[in-house]
Amino acid sequence: MKVKYFAWVRERIGLDEETIEPPAEVATVSDLIGWLSARGEGYAFAFEKPGVIRTALDRTHVRPDTPIAGAREVAFFPPMTGG
Amino acid sequence: MTVPVTIRIQDADFDIAAEIAAMSKGRTDIGAVVSFSGICRGAEGDDAVAALTLEHYPGMAEDEIGRHAAEAVKRWPVTALTIVHRVGRMLPGDNIVLVLAASSHRQAAFAAAEFLMDYLKANAPFWKREERADGTRWVEAHDRDDAAAARWSKD
Repeated sequence: MKVKYFAWVRERIGLDEETIEPPAEVATVSDLIGWLSARGEGYAFAFEKPGVIRTALDRTHVRPDTPIAGAREVAFFPPMTGG
Repeated sequence: MTVPVTIRIQDADFDIAAEIAAMSKGRTDIGAVVSFSGICRGAEGDDAVAALTLEHYPGMAEDEIGRHAAEAVKRWPVTALTIVHRVGRMLPGDNIVLVLAASSHRQAAFAAAEFLMDYLKANAPFWKREERADGTRWVEAHDRDDAAAARWSKD
């Protein structure tokens, strides 16, 4: 699946997007955040407060307990500050 | 009749009068246009803000705004909507966002414009970074913006 990062999540990880293949036991958005956090310091820093992170699956806002199976694009970002 | 909805995300500035004229051209059913424009402030509290940079999630931002525009059309008898959101670097005094809501009468236009702005602030994937004398920082989301958006779902 493709993963996209925005705002300070992007800056902390140092990437705007990448393609990943998480193992089958990574079932939900929360699991994916945990799995990504273990990939390196930048990831751990970006996801240090998982409760702050917002997630979209295929461009729709989702909650942390949402299953990720079948999603093509996952995006992680801080709370929105547009307008 | 299908309600015309214009949604644009762009680097370039916009002209409010030109947007209203484009929306009303050839129409005699519009009796009210409410316009809201968000403008880059030159200070946050006591701190001067030198510039603001806006980032967005291309594709999702348009989808989110489109979904909420469709919801506004369902809720109120609006006859046209225009939403323009700028991205990139803006200086104090620059336009950031424009919402135009047209209707036969003012009540629907006011309500739809307020609804769209509340949802834009809390749900549309845009992020602001401020430049100040001591460096740059990402603007933090306000609980009051979430509360403003949430009140529209309390029926």
